[in-house]
Amino acid sequence: MPELTYVEAAHQALAEEMARDETIFVVGEGIGPRGGNFNTTTGLFDLYGPERLRDTPICERGFVGLCAGAAMTGTRPVVDFMFLDFILDAFGELINQIAKMQYMSSGRLKMPIVLRGCIGVGGAAATHHSGNYYPIFTHLPGFKVAVPSNPYDAKGLLKTALRGDDPVLFLEHKSLLNTRGEVPEEEYAIPFGQAAVCRRGEHLTVVALTTMVPETLQVAETLSGEGISVEVIDPRTTSPLDIDTVLESVHRTGRLLIADETFAPCGMGAEIAAAVVDRAFDDLDAPVRRLNGAHVPTPYSAPLEAAVAPNREDLERAIRDLMAE
Amino acid sequence: MSTSAVLPDKDTCLALYRQMLVIRRCEEQLARSYQAGLIPGACHTYVGEEAIATGVCAHLNDDDAVFSTHRGHGHALAKGVPPKELIAELFGKATGCSQGRGGSMHLFSPQVGMMGTSGIVGPCILQAAGAGYSFKLLGVPKVGVAFFGDGAVANGAFHEGINLATNWQLPVLFVCENNLYATEVAFVDTTRNPQVANRAAAYGLPGIAVDGNDVGEVYAVAGEAITRARQGGGPTLIECKTYRTRPHAEGMRDGGYRSTEEIDEWKERDPIPAFARKLLEAGHARQEELDAITADVTALIAEALQFAHDSPWPDPATVADHVFSQRGGA
Repeated sequence: MPELTYVEAAHQALAEEMARDETIFVVGEGIGPRGGNFNTTTGLFDLYGPERLRDTPICERGFVGLCAGAAMTGTRPVVDFMFLDFILDAFGELINQIAKMQYMSSGRLKMPIVLRGCIGVGGAAATHHSGNYYPIFTHLPGFKVAVPSNPYDAKGLLKTALRGDDPVLFLEHKSLLNTRGEVPEEEYAIPFGQAAVCRRGEHLTVVALTTMVPETLQVAETLSGEGISVEVIDPRTTSPLDIDTVLESVHRTGRLLIADETFAPCGMGAEIAAAVVDRAFDDLDAPVRRLNGAHVPTPYSAPLEAAVAPNREDLERAIRDLMAE
Repeated sequence: MSTSAVLPDKDTCLALYRQMLVIRRCEEQLARSYQAGLIPGACHTYVGEEAIATGVCAHLNDDDAVFSTHRGHGHALAKGVPPKELIAELFGKATGCSQGRGGSMHLFSPQVGMMGTSGIVGPCILQAAGAGYSFKLLGVPKVGVAFFGDGAVANGAFHEGINLATNWQLPVLFVCENNLYATEVAFVDTTRNPQVANRAAAYGLPGIAVDGNDVGEVYAVAGEAITRARQGGGPTLIECKTYRTRPHAEGMRDGGYRSTEEIDEWKERDPIPAFARKLLEAGHARQEELDAITADVTALIAEALQFAHDSPWPDPATVADHVFSQRGGA
């Protein structure tokens, strides 16, 4: 099976779907001949030209609102934000228009729009290029949210996003972009709302999101040498969120840690913990724990930046502490 | 331009007259229904501005896409939403054009190209540009139309949407209904340039100011712009100078920001009797024909009201339907 980077796998999904469906077009800053700041559209301008690979001025509200109108009238826009932080200028269009349009029209209008961008702490990108934001979109009715953690999932989830009729946030953590993984040559798509059990274990369940998935897998491998058996679950989409897979796991392990780089308050950990406590209280042998980044904007300088995101040591400590409960 | 030069043929004139009257009578009924406590939410009427929606939408087909604002009853009716579906929607009934999910500010009827009115000022400008993007990409001779007020002109959506649509030469019509007030704030108090059409020069598209109370003039200018858009000639900004003669919303006071004299002066320029006079003068209509239209419209609105009264409420069990598409991705 060929090995691709995360960027290559997502690119393959977009290229294949653009070849299959002529109504798909991409807008963004530098996604035309330049091929995207993160190589998301490399080579596609030469194939499909400026109408389907549309460079925009820097006016996120404008082109997001425009793409809402396009999605309502028979085409399938992909908005490439480069850094997802830039989406914030378009919040009104997203929340008041895009997320509510299908509902307001009683299902007569569809809203097939993919909103993609890079997220996450790292690379001294500082606070206007390091946000995660997926809990915000997960909170609101009308958005689907994909947070793939590896190349296989990136391709499969982007395929599903591009074929569906709903608004999808497709969020790519910067630290994952050059990671490599096996991606089959044959056609596949990954349904939303199906978590992946990335590693089977018996003693403790870690639900990890985006970049915390590979980190947790490393730590789980280390701890297995000491006889600590960690199960690692990647929800892959936060909306819809697959709670059943988490419940099934906690039923066996009795312990749950949610590892998420972004903020704790009103976040994915809070949501998952509440669901597990509500539906599987008697399965728990210990308190549900969360490991999150610091609840602060992301600073620039290396020692400061390192202090806001959980690392492997933090993860290992959190797992050991929970095992000791 | 002489009066007769801007008048279209007789059948078209009578259709324009009828459409304006449908909007007027429907709005008057909605105002009465509001006063009777039958409309639980907002009700922003279009009284005084009927010539604009009528003159523009007369050129549109069901598959042309209209995007409108909070004062959108007239746009919905002119685009083909039956009065009974509008009244039922404001009553909150299941038979309303938005099946009870929207009310006055969220009118949807995609089957006739009414792609939605919005409680937020500005997005319609961007969405109409997006419809234009679709139509250009799909290679079909359709147009997107945005109706918005002077209150949208200082909003970023106006600048961004018109800039994008012009740069990409999209088939779009931007119709600014300049009624001089954004809610109760005078346009002249919000800008050093109280004109809208001349702003087109900043973006490089045609900008035309018209008497928004003259349906013949609106019809002529909109027709030319829509034909240009369909032929690949890009967007046009049309500023229709007009006035709403009722309060911003039903139930609101209408003083403190404009004078009674000003309101009365504009009532003298009511687009409907003005057009009737022109038709009679030009020999395009006889009084009996206009009277017959009035009787017909009166009956239509009475039937629509009865329909709304008789219609069922939406089923609460459907409240969570349509948040996502049925096909979905899950």
